[in-house]
Amino acid sequence: MVEQTVQIVSNERNTDLYFLLVVRAPKIAPLVQPGQFAHIRILPLREALLRRPFSIFQVEGDTFSILYKAVGKGTEALSRMRPGEELSAIGPLGHGFTVPQPGGETPLLVAGGYGMAAMYLLAQRSPQKGTVFVGGRRRVDILCEDEFRALGWDVRATTEDGSHGEKGLVTLPLIAELNRGKARRRLFACGPTPMLKAVGKIAEEFKVPAELSMDEHMCCGVGVCLTCVIPVKAGEGWEYQRTCTEGPVFDARQVVWEVPK
Amino acid sequence: MGGAEVNLSVQIGKLTLQNPVTVASGTFGYGVEYAQLVDLNQLGAIVVKGIRLGPVRGNPTPRTVEVASGLINAIGLQGPGVDGFIKKYWPFLKELKVPTIINIWGTTVEEYAEVARCFDALGGVGALELNVSCPNIKEGGAQFGTDCKLLSQVVAACRKATTLPLITKMSPNVVSIAPYAKAAEEAGSDALAVTNSYPAMAIDIETRRPKLANVTGGLTGPCIKPIAIKLVWEAAKSVKIPIIGMGGIQNAADAVEFMMAGAAAVAVGTANFYEPQTALQVITGLREYMQRHGLTDTRQIVGSVLVEK
Repeated sequence: MVEQTVQIVSNERNTDLYFLLVVRAPKIAPLVQPGQFAHIRILPLREALLRRPFSIFQVEGDTFSILYKAVGKGTEALSRMRPGEELSAIGPLGHGFTVPQPGGETPLLVAGGYGMAAMYLLAQRSPQKGTVFVGGRRRVDILCEDEFRALGWDVRATTEDGSHGEKGLVTLPLIAELNRGKARRRLFACGPTPMLKAVGKIAEEFKVPAELSMDEHMCCGVGVCLTCVIPVKAGEGWEYQRTCTEGPVFDARQVVWEVPK
Repeated sequence: MGGAEVNLSVQIGKLTLQNPVTVASGTFGYGVEYAQLVDLNQLGAIVVKGIRLGPVRGNPTPRTVEVASGLINAIGLQGPGVDGFIKKYWPFLKELKVPTIINIWGTTVEEYAEVARCFDALGGVGALELNVSCPNIKEGGAQFGTDCKLLSQVVAACRKATTLPLITKMSPNVVSIAPYAKAAEEAGSDALAVTNSYPAMAIDIETRRPKLANVTGGLTGPCIKPIAIKLVWEAAKSVKIPIIGMGGIQNAADAVEFMMAGAAAVAVGTANFYEPQTALQVITGLREYMQRHGLTDTRQIVGSVLVEK
């Protein structure tokens, strides 16, 4: 991990909901592994002190990019920043996805909305092409389909309102796919917690390994403050582990969804 | 810029710090987490997260919430316990050139003393900081820091258990800090850390739920600085032992302000979470401030606030 001042190359509305931020970060960009994140301090924020964590979307030369929605104080201030302005970034951070080995399991990616951004590098660096299942509420929630297709991946979209792709939840075509073939497969998922929980359950039923990128509110991002912990199996019981350090990607079998009282 | 050489070293009991800038317990993990981002050997001391005898799981999430110019936390002192700390973190810390100050706590006076004995026996520890002021645990912590008699008992029991310098981390949650500061001094504390977080709460008005799973937590960050300065000033007037001042320090100017109020040393806390270099920037800025004002020793700053009458 490195802390450096990064310069904004571009920061534009990418879709109706999302912005694409590209920054020049020569120390961070070459180190990025799929599933890792950058912890960004948005300097124009005065009263809001903390850095904001963002999954790294693409890496190109000495730049990396993130996709974000302007939903809070931090991302709204970020969306008003212009090329040439500077941010402070610490990265790359966290334990990411396991990149498939040549001749290994076929990767099946499951993304909920914005989760797509965190999985692009995995698809790009995987020697095996696979299928990516992407779901959202409406058409506008579905991101990056073209980018994944350009990598030669099969993209299967679902929306809850049926405005794009198949109508229903992203887990429907996933289950259909798992029922179909017998080839060795590995699931990778990033999205809202209920989706991750459903994918974890499906992986268990089909006895398929799964890696889940867990989403938990973060503070320091480097393992110090113990804000972003989730319950994880340990020995006979469980313990709190850090999403920023032991995660964000965890083996689905290790995640404890219901903590015993 | 040149100027005279400045002496930044500070004495805490028998422990000498190369400069007065430390980090606040719970905001710097066990040092190793920041090793890639911060030159740890430049610090005055590393103060590790609170440790009791056994491992502690900590509170459910959400554990922190950002508020205007501050942070409320209710981590619940998650930690590895004495043995876990010695196994996992001590091999790294003991090789550093700067001293490690270990923050300890317990749920009984005897547990504090037992933890103190363990670290006394370990050898190589710089000092112990007695956490009698954590607001986020049901037993132990602040109950000892807000009762003069219990506070005396804890400090005295630890004093008996170890020859290591003792720093008592004071609770801000008292009507007047003076009697507590005196009680800690009389019971054998070598220094006071002033102050811990302020009890606080935040509510999500859409869901009507508290923003922390623990309902309440401890407020830290720049928003508490002026009230922490006042506490340091009051504590400094009532005791002769050195005070380590903390509460929202973000830069050298903040540190100088704490020192003028009476702090011999300072600790950077919440700022570590958003700018890990803060403590190093404070050291550089403090040296520059002293050179600019023709000062050669930090003691020329400590307690130098000019108050009429």
